[in-house]
Amino acid sequence: MIPELGHFSAFLGLMSAIGIALFGFFGAAQNRASWVDMSIRLTKVQVAVLGLSFLLLILAFLDDDFSVLYVANNSNTALPWYYKVAGVWGAHEGSFLLWTLVTAVWTVLVATRARHIPLKLHGYVLGTLGVLSVMFLAFLLFSSNPFERLVPNVPIQGADLNPVLQDIGQIIHPPMLYIGYVGFGVTFAFGIAALATGKIDSAWARWVRPWVNVAWLFLTIGIVLGSWWAYYELGWGGWWFWDPVENASFMPWLAGTALIHSLSATEKRGAFKNWTILLTLLTFTLVLMGAFLVRSGVLSSVHAFAVDPQRGLILLTIFVLVAGSSLVLYAFRAHTLNTQVQYWGVSRELLLLINNALLVVALFTILLGTLYPLGHEWFVGGDDRLSVGEPYFNAMFVPIMLLLSFALAIAPISRWKHTPMKLVVNALIFLGGSAVVALLLPWILADGVHLGASCAVALAIWIIITHAIACYRQRNALTLGFIGMSVAHVGFAIAVIGVAVTSVYTESKDARLKIGQSIEVSGTQYELVNVQMTESQNFIGERAQFDFGDQRSLFPERRLYPIRDHITYEAAIAPGIFKDRYITFAGPMENDTWGVEIQDKPFQRWIWFGAVVAGLAALIAMLDKRYRRLSHRDLETKYPE
Amino acid sequence: MKPHRRRRLSIVLFLFIGGLTTVLITIFALANYINHFYLPDQVVSGDVPIERTIRAGGFVKTGSVVRDSTGLGVTFDITDRVSSTFSVRFEGILPSLFREDKGTVVVGRLNADGVFDATRVLAKHDENYEPPELKGMVEQVDP
Repeated sequence: MIPELGHFSAFLGLMSAIGIALFGFFGAAQNRASWVDMSIRLTKVQVAVLGLSFLLLILAFLDDDFSVLYVANNSNTALPWYYKVAGVWGAHEGSFLLWTLVTAVWTVLVATRARHIPLKLHGYVLGTLGVLSVMFLAFLLFSSNPFERLVPNVPIQGADLNPVLQDIGQIIHPPMLYIGYVGFGVTFAFGIAALATGKIDSAWARWVRPWVNVAWLFLTIGIVLGSWWAYYELGWGGWWFWDPVENASFMPWLAGTALIHSLSATEKRGAFKNWTILLTLLTFTLVLMGAFLVRSGVLSSVHAFAVDPQRGLILLTIFVLVAGSSLVLYAFRAHTLNTQVQYWGVSRELLLLINNALLVVALFTILLGTLYPLGHEWFVGGDDRLSVGEPYFNAMFVPIMLLLSFALAIAPISRWKHTPMKLVVNALIFLGGSAVVALLLPWILADGVHLGASCAVALAIWIIITHAIACYRQRNALTLGFIGMSVAHVGFAIAVIGVAVTSVYTESKDARLKIGQSIEVSGTQYELVNVQMTESQNFIGERAQFDFGDQRSLFPERRLYPIRDHITYEAAIAPGIFKDRYITFAGPMENDTWGVEIQDKPFQRWIWFGAVVAGLAALIAMLDKRYRRLSHRDLETKYPE
Repeated sequence: MKPHRRRRLSIVLFLFIGGLTTVLITIFALANYINHFYLPDQVVSGDVPIERTIRAGGFVKTGSVVRDSTGLGVTFDITDRVSSTFSVRFEGILPSLFREDKGTVVVGRLNADGVFDATRVLAKHDENYEPPELKGMVEQVDP
């Protein structure tokens, strides 16, 4: 009964989504407040029924109701309750139900928290979100129903959740990512609504900016969590693989980052209007393309969901419909948004233009690298199958990011319209200082100087210095917006330092050790003290003890999950501000030896710390007064008369 | 020409040149860093370039996994389950889902002796995974 109720609730969600779309669009087109109000009310209904549907699926997992196919495939009675809950979004169907719920939550937030914006705009925004909801829910109900029954042969036991997913990462990473993805659906809706009303001004940009920032914050955190999870879970210490699925999340992130910057020029100077709109459309289009790539199995990836061609086709249709119709609308309406802005020299407008150009070029190269194998297969075909490896992405992406760092360091001293040359020259002097530090430090620490890493670190230090100085000079007139920008850029610099140092100075050794033997990595002796058998509710394994340094120990494990006959390596990590020690235990080898890999990874944490700092900076900027003042309900614009 | 027209022209020219450079660099990088994928029969028949980074895949031959007496080096055979088999050499910890008789993809170079020096061995998160490149092969072999 519970699964049927859940299915029916999702169906009601589809009905209310249709209502939201119709009342929203026609309310806006006819300028009828009562219709838009109806749309607003229906968003509350939608979030309630989809929330119920989601809760009922959780209940089916907690109940071990294996008569539901999805539960039987992704859960097991031996699973701890919190992994049963996380198992709800452990595979395609349930995770897409979560996706639709997240859409409903964003929609209701826009409906209730954006009442101050003009009626027409509000109606079009809600209508667009309603249409997205309709497509997602139709896809869910007609091809990915998580409530499908497995009768009459109900299994006594479930197939278990994939052991790799039995982790805190699975509990928080997907929801964060989806909140970020669908959040860009909101900015997409604002873009469509701007095209529909034909009006885009500084006020429009101010209304959109908080939504972009929140979406970007969640997407950033989601990607960081994914990277961190892969780092400790997969057992070989990598934190980014340029895997197609990772790229699928990174491309919208790059477009979203470009959007944040373009919006600031649109808000403050009325510049780049067309471009800003195009970015709102592009970002969400990339989200949908990512969903298609990940969920259709067309790409060779370690993360891809189970393959189903029919689902792939429907997702491709949704992607083409959304991308196609929004681009057609753009082509017909964009010229109505006129831009006349003057700027010259090293102005802030120019820097933002450079920022956007570089981010879009980076995005384009990643897109090409990700889709190239697919295009080759479709258009050339034959037996020749190819893939694009990490060297391509690194060769393209790293130089672009260094150029971006250069432009970014000048950002805080730049002015709108025109920046006095004296300020630029002053900033360049600090670059010299930073370069000296970045070259001297590795030389003093005697690890050998690596030119690329030194360049990156020099630019990063320069970014931190120029932003610190700019904040100090403006200390009496600092806005939260400026602080947010500075913190975000410093976060970026911290991440750049982490990436450069970790990539270049990581030291790694493999060995086979007997109990009592030790191995030296990067100046530290690691001794294998003992190995013990371990056992838990749903796995058995071996746990090794390595002693190093001043009476410190690490306990890497190798586990066997018998239900799925699945082995995992549980790496042991000693995290630190300046280095991570990372041990992977490969289990027993011949002659009483044990396989082990030990890595010394300097500045590893800085990557994620920097990214999280940048993410939180979006929150700081969002709290700026000029957004808060506008959030009060403005009845005048809502109900004119 | 009016000043704003000239500005617009210079921006367009700048974008065009920048775009063209990017496209050229990207194509050059792609041409250099693309890894072709080969099946066991192609590796055996000598269709595969020597000492160039490629990917190859098939099934791990049952009973072929031999570890070194010291270190983490390992040798195993990859087969298409029909007639072709080639040897792979790998130093390091094999992925946790690496099993005999399961599909795997190796990344590395084929050396002059016909042995594949793998820098990475790939197996998926999921035990039911067949690498997409092998799909055609599986259909041919197990009708």
